[in-house]
Amino acid sequence: MAIDFLYPQYEVVRNYDRCIACRACERQCANEVHFYDPEFQKMMADESKCVACHRCVSLCPTRALKIVKTDHTFKANANWTGKAISEVYRQAGTGGVLLSSMGNPEPYPIYWDKMLINASQVTNPSIDPLREPMETRTFLGKKPGKVERDRDGRLVPNLSPQLELNVPVMFSAMSYGSISYNAHASLARAACALGTYYNTGEGGLHQDFYQYGPHTIVQVASGRFGVHKEYLEAGAAIEIKMGQGAKPGIGGHLPGHKVGPDISRTRMIPEGTDAISPAPHHDIYSIEDLRQLVFSLKEATAYKKPVMVKIAAVHNVAAIASGVARSGADIICIDGYRGGTGAAPTRIRDNVGIPIELALAAVDQRLRDEGIRDQVSVVVGGSIRNSADLLKAIALGADACYIATAALLALGCHLCRSCQTGKCNWGIATQRPELVKRLNPEIGAQRLINLVTAWDHELKEMMGGMGINSIEALRGNRLMLRGIGLTQKELDILGIKHAGE
Amino acid sequence: MLQKEGQIRIPAGCAISGIFHRDGARENGARIIESIRTMHDRSNGLGGGFAGYGIYPEYADYYAFHVFYDTQAAKDACEQALERHFDIVDLSRIPTRRHPRITDEPMIWRYFATPLQTKLASSQLDEREFVSRFVIRINHTLEGAYIFSSGKNMGVFKANGFPEDVGEYYMLENYEAYSWTCHGRYPTNTPGWWGGAHPFALLDTSVVHNGEISSYDANRRFIEMFGYSCDLLTDTEVITYIVDYLGRKLGLTYPEIANVIAAPFWSTIEKQPPEERERLTYLRNAFASLLVTGPFSILVGFTGGLMALNDRLKLRSMVVGEKDDTVYIASEECAVRVIAPALDRIWTPRGGEPVIVRLNERGNP
Amino acid sequence: MKRIYVNEKWCLGCHLCEYYCAFANSGKSSMVKALKDHKIAPRIRIEERDGISFAVNCRHCTDPLCVKGCISGALTIVDGAVQIDSDKCVGCYTCILSCPYGALSTSNEGAIQKCELCMKNAFGQPLCVQGCPNKAIVYEER
Repeated sequence: MAIDFLYPQYEVVRNYDRCIACRACERQCANEVHFYDPEFQKMMADESKCVACHRCVSLCPTRALKIVKTDHTFKANANWTGKAISEVYRQAGTGGVLLSSMGNPEPYPIYWDKMLINASQVTNPSIDPLREPMETRTFLGKKPGKVERDRDGRLVPNLSPQLELNVPVMFSAMSYGSISYNAHASLARAACALGTYYNTGEGGLHQDFYQYGPHTIVQVASGRFGVHKEYLEAGAAIEIKMGQGAKPGIGGHLPGHKVGPDISRTRMIPEGTDAISPAPHHDIYSIEDLRQLVFSLKEATAYKKPVMVKIAAVHNVAAIASGVARSGADIICIDGYRGGTGAAPTRIRDNVGIPIELALAAVDQRLRDEGIRDQVSVVVGGSIRNSADLLKAIALGADACYIATAALLALGCHLCRSCQTGKCNWGIATQRPELVKRLNPEIGAQRLINLVTAWDHELKEMMGGMGINSIEALRGNRLMLRGIGLTQKELDILGIKHAGE
Repeated sequence: MLQKEGQIRIPAGCAISGIFHRDGARENGARIIESIRTMHDRSNGLGGGFAGYGIYPEYADYYAFHVFYDTQAAKDACEQALERHFDIVDLSRIPTRRHPRITDEPMIWRYFATPLQTKLASSQLDEREFVSRFVIRINHTLEGAYIFSSGKNMGVFKANGFPEDVGEYYMLENYEAYSWTCHGRYPTNTPGWWGGAHPFALLDTSVVHNGEISSYDANRRFIEMFGYSCDLLTDTEVITYIVDYLGRKLGLTYPEIANVIAAPFWSTIEKQPPEERERLTYLRNAFASLLVTGPFSILVGFTGGLMALNDRLKLRSMVVGEKDDTVYIASEECAVRVIAPALDRIWTPRGGEPVIVRLNERGNP
Repeated sequence: MKRIYVNEKWCLGCHLCEYYCAFANSGKSSMVKALKDHKIAPRIRIEERDGISFAVNCRHCTDPLCVKGCISGALTIVDGAVQIDSDKCVGCYTCILSCPYGALSTSNEGAIQKCELCMKNAFGQPLCVQGCPNKAIVYEER
C-alpha cells in the first residue's frame, strides 16, 4: 500500500566510469540489491533492500561503489524525526514489535569519552614498556582474604578456582545460533592463542569445540539450551546469564529457520523450532534461588570451576551486584546498555538499562563500601570500543573486560544491525552455509589475535606513561582518571575528579 | 586557596636514612641527624621526621601516643576520648627546643597509656586492634587532633621543616634508640602540614618512604575496605596500613609482605622452582590489589627489626652498609659514610629484594 | 616450490580471482582501463555447480603433459614453473588438448595463454591470491 511506502534509507552510488561489471557485488549480496541488466548492459541496484553492510563496497575491485544515507526527507521536525515517523508507519502496517540488532545506537552520553587518563612526569618516572616488563596478566576469582599455614608454617594455597588471563580481555557470550560456526571457531582459536577465554553464549557447545574447553566459558541461561554434565565440565568456568545489556528483562529468541541440524543437536531442541529463552530463570525468582543455582553448578563440577553471574546494568545494579557477590558467585559480569545482541525489541534496546561506566563505578564502590570487593572479580562489557575504554574500565574498578561487538568488527561485521534477518553477508550472524563459509576462521582468528594484541600493546603503553607496570595497580585506581565536561553528580558517581582538579 | 594535606594528594620526593643496632645497643639521635643533614638537598624544608625504637624503656609496656593539637578544644576532646578508653599513666608536652626555622607549631603532647581492661574486654578485640581502631577513629573524626605515634617503646617525632632542624627541635640527643629511621621531605605543592611529614606510624609499625607510588588509589581503595581510613592521602600512610594489614591482621611475615607489595615480575616467578613459583604466584594473586608500583624506597620500622625495600624496578636509590652489629641504610651512600666512614660491607639491594634486620640474641635477650 | 593451491571449502564463487588475473596480465595500469567494457579471458577460472566452487588454473605439474607434448619447445619448466615462450609457439594447441585440468587456453596475444604465477607481469606474485577475499587461493610451499 502506498501508505506503507518508505523511501530507502540508503542509496547505492555506483561510479559507472569505474564499474567493470564483474558482478562480484551481485554475487556477494544476500539481500539481492545488485543485478546485471543485459538490456542496458549495466549493473543496477535496488537500494530498498540495502542494509548498508558494505560487503559489496569492500569487495568491489575498482572502488566503484559507495553507500550514502539518503537525503530524501520528511518535513524537518525536531520532535517527529524521520525515524519516529517511519516507525509509526511500519507498526501501523504490521501491528508488530520493532526488532533491532547490535547495541543501542542512540545519542546518549558516552562516558568513556568524557574521562581522561593521567601520565607521570618529574615526580614519578614513566616506564618504557619496550625496555621494562609491563604486566597485564590477570586472575579472576574470589580472593581468600586470609592465609592458612601448614604445620611447618608454609602457606597453604587456599584460593578458590581462578581464571588466568594473559590479557584483561575476554570474548563475551554469543551463542552458536546467533552467530555462525565459523565465528565461534574464530573466537575459540583466538582465545586459545591469546591465553584468554571466549563464551559459548546460551546455545550450548558444538562438539567440534570441546577441544577448546580450557579457554571456554560455558553459559547457562534461562532456556538451559545445550546444558548437560559434559558441557559444564568442558568449560574453564560457568556463567549464569541473568541479564543482557541490550535487552534487560527479557530473554532471547532464536527463530526456527536458524535451527538447522547442527544447532538442533547442540541446543538439544528439535530442528526448526524457535528457541525461546524465558525472561527470568524460572527457578530463580529471588537472590536465594540464584545462590542455589550457583552451588548446584559448583556441586556438579566438583567445585573446580569459578561460577560467573552475568547481569545487565539497570538502575539498582549496585544492590544486585552486592547480592550476587554474596550468592557464592566468583565473578560478576555486568553488561551495559550499549551491549550488542542478535535481535532485541527496538524499544527495549534503546530505552532500558544504564551506561556501563556508571554501573561499573557504582558496583565497584558499593562492593568496597561493603568490604566484599575482594570476594568477587568484576568483568564489564557493553561497548568497550578500544584500549582506552579498556584502561578506563580497569581504572574505574573492573578486573577485566568482555568484548563482543569489537570482536565481531574484527571478523568483518560492519554494524549494519540487521542480524535478525539471518542474511549476514559477512558470514557472522547467519546460518546459511553459503554465507557462513565467507568467514574463514583462519583469517578470523588471526584478526582477533591482532586486535587484542594491539590493544594489549596500547594498554601497556598507557600504563607505562602512568608509571604503572602491572595491571593490578591500575585496577580501581580512579586517581588516574579525570572527568571532562561532566556534572558534579556524574563525577561523584564515577568517583573521579574533574580535569584541572 | 591552597588545600591542606588530606584534602588533596601531594606527591613528594625525599631522603631516608636508618641506623639499626642488631645487638640492641642504643644511641641518641645525634648521628641520625648528621646522616640526614648530608642529604639536605633532597628535602625542601616542608617536612622531616624520625622514628626511634627502644626510647621509652621505663614505659615499655604502655602505648606511647604522640599527638598534635591545633586547638585546645581538640585537645580536650581527644583527652576525654583517651580517658574513656585508656588508663593514662603519664602525660606531658613533648619537650622541644625553639628553633628559628620551625614555625607554626601545634601543641604536641605525649601520653603513656594502656587500654582500660573493662573496655578492652567488652570490645572483644585483641589489644592491638583495639588501639589501632581508636587511633584511626580519632584521626578520621576529630578535627584538629592527630595521633601520629601509637606504638610501645617507640616514638615518632616529626614537623614541618628540614629534618636536621626537626631533630634539633625535638632534642633527639635526649632519646636513645636501637633503631632510628628518618626522613626529609620534598613535597611539590603545599605549605606542608606537620601531620603530613614522615614517618607515618600505626602501633609500632612506622614507615619512611621516598618516592611516589603510581598504584596509590588502587591500594587506598582496597585497604580502606578493612577499616583503615587514608585521611592524609599520602603514599606513606597507605603503605603503613598495607604493612599493618598484611603483617598484623593476616599474619604474613616480612619477606612475604615484600613479595606482595614489591612482587616479582611474572617472568621472574616463572623461573623459580615449582614450590617457590607456586608460593609467589599465590601471594601475587591473593593480594593483587596490594601490589605497589611506581618508585619507592621504604624503611619499615617495627619492634625488634627494620625492613628496607625498593620498588621492583628500583626506581629510587638506596644503599645498605654494615659495620659490626650496626646496619646503616640511606638514600645515598654519603649519608652512611658521614657517620660510618669505615664499613665492613656496603651494597645496593636489588629492586623488590627486602633487607630485613632484627635484634640478635644479644639485643633480644 | 611455491604453488597456487585452492581450497574449495573457502571459495565463495565471487569470481574476483578471474578479474584480478585478467588485470594482472593486461599490462594496463588500472583495472578499469584493463577491463572496462572488455570480455575477460582469465587464466584462472571458477568451476561451480551445486553450491560448490573452486578456482582452477595451471598446477605446474612436476611432470607436465603439456611440456611433454609441446612440439616446438615453447613450453618449458623454469624453476619449477611451467612457462611459455610465445615466440616459439606455433599454435598447434597440443597442450590445450593434453592438459587434464583445462588450464591452457587460446589467446588473443600469441597463440595460447596459461598461468605463469604472475612472474612475468608487473606484479611478480599471483594477483589472484592477493585478491581472494577468503584465502580460498593461497600461494605457498607444501
